[in-house]
Amino acid sequence: MTTVVEPVGDTAIAVRARALGKRYRSKWALRECTFDLPEGRVAALVGANGAGKTTLMTVLSGLLDADEGSAGAVGRVAFVSQEKPVYRHFSAAEMLRLGARLNVVWDEARARRWLARFEIPLDKACGKLSGGQQAQVAFALAIGSRPDVLMLDEPLANLDPLARREVTAELLSEVAETGMTVLLSTHVVAELAGVADYLLLLAHGRLLAGGDLDELLARHVGYTGPRSDAPPVPGTVVAARHDDNQSSFLVELPAGQPRPVVAGQWTERSLTLEDYVLAQLETTRKGAGA
Amino acid sequence: MEFRIDRSSGLPAYLQLVRQVREALRMGWLSPGDRLPTVRDVVARSGVNANTVLKAYRELELSGLVEARQGSGTFVKSGLGSTDPEVMAALRTRLAEWVREAREAGLDIEDIDALVRSVLTEGEGVAVG
Repeated sequence: MTTVVEPVGDTAIAVRARALGKRYRSKWALRECTFDLPEGRVAALVGANGAGKTTLMTVLSGLLDADEGSAGAVGRVAFVSQEKPVYRHFSAAEMLRLGARLNVVWDEARARRWLARFEIPLDKACGKLSGGQQAQVAFALAIGSRPDVLMLDEPLANLDPLARREVTAELLSEVAETGMTVLLSTHVVAELAGVADYLLLLAHGRLLAGGDLDELLARHVGYTGPRSDAPPVPGTVVAARHDDNQSSFLVELPAGQPRPVVAGQWTERSLTLEDYVLAQLETTRKGAGA
Repeated sequence: MEFRIDRSSGLPAYLQLVRQVREALRMGWLSPGDRLPTVRDVVARSGVNANTVLKAYRELELSGLVEARQGSGTFVKSGLGSTDPEVMAALRTRLAEWVREAREAGLDIEDIDALVRSVLTEGEGVAVG
């Protein structure tokens, strides 16, 4: 299923999906999923529960075969599933020895550095470690395999706020050092600003939006003004709300044009990532759009 | 210098970094000749994506505030607020006069703020409506 991806144009593609589909019995968990993730990006995979995030990652990492379309990644892929699997009777040191045997490329120093950074005891059985510590062992294993593409399913779940911040910083340092591409799924959208630079938004097994985060956000603006049927600027209305004397619109501005200036009774508001994601997900719940 | 990202801000992360460097220049925390932290340092200390830091540094370079020197880092090239103090004083006097006029016309602070903002943004995009 996994095919080699050839570079396209001057930006190399790290992960590619073409009309990707996966079915569990008669139900499609993923359908018509097409995107190119450029190399060296940190991409956030976002969507409601059951949107197909885990299915997409499992197919992309080659652990599940797709039923439709094709997927490919450049180089070696490491995938850490949501369960952060470790062998309960193995110590962290033994897990690393396993990593050294199972992987074609292995960077022992890198894996050990990760464990040391988070003060994980090397000689204790993993089953006796806390959930957060087990997650660090799973991360160390993935990092030690020096992947070109690292896929993490809910890496920050079950970590306390401080550990979340430290794991994020450490992960981004690894990206800066090695140039690897990261695809991580998460529910904690508010914590993604400055962390992710690429967004893949899934809803009901379909890709709702995808692309460079800054570009996506720059092209979406909120407008509030007097009650009216249309926003004060040309563009696609993503969401609209009206009450007796006020209307607000979330507008997707046409690509490649400078941001229009609104005057008079309208005010404009830049969106946070969370605003954008929630508005997009809401459109699918009402059955509008995709 | 230490960067931080306000995740509740609608301002893109890279522009927040740009703003923080400009602020450091304005406040005198950074002066011409100073070196900005390396991309890796910012990533490790602030948990910001390297692409975001690079984008911010590129933006600062484009506006002529910093320059990248091959192999040695990114350095502050020129300061902000280097405007002639006399010119600044003259501008301030005229602005104060204008504000007084606006107040006499019945505008409150929010009205004035909105008016100034609309004039400032006029140059940045295409007016519609």
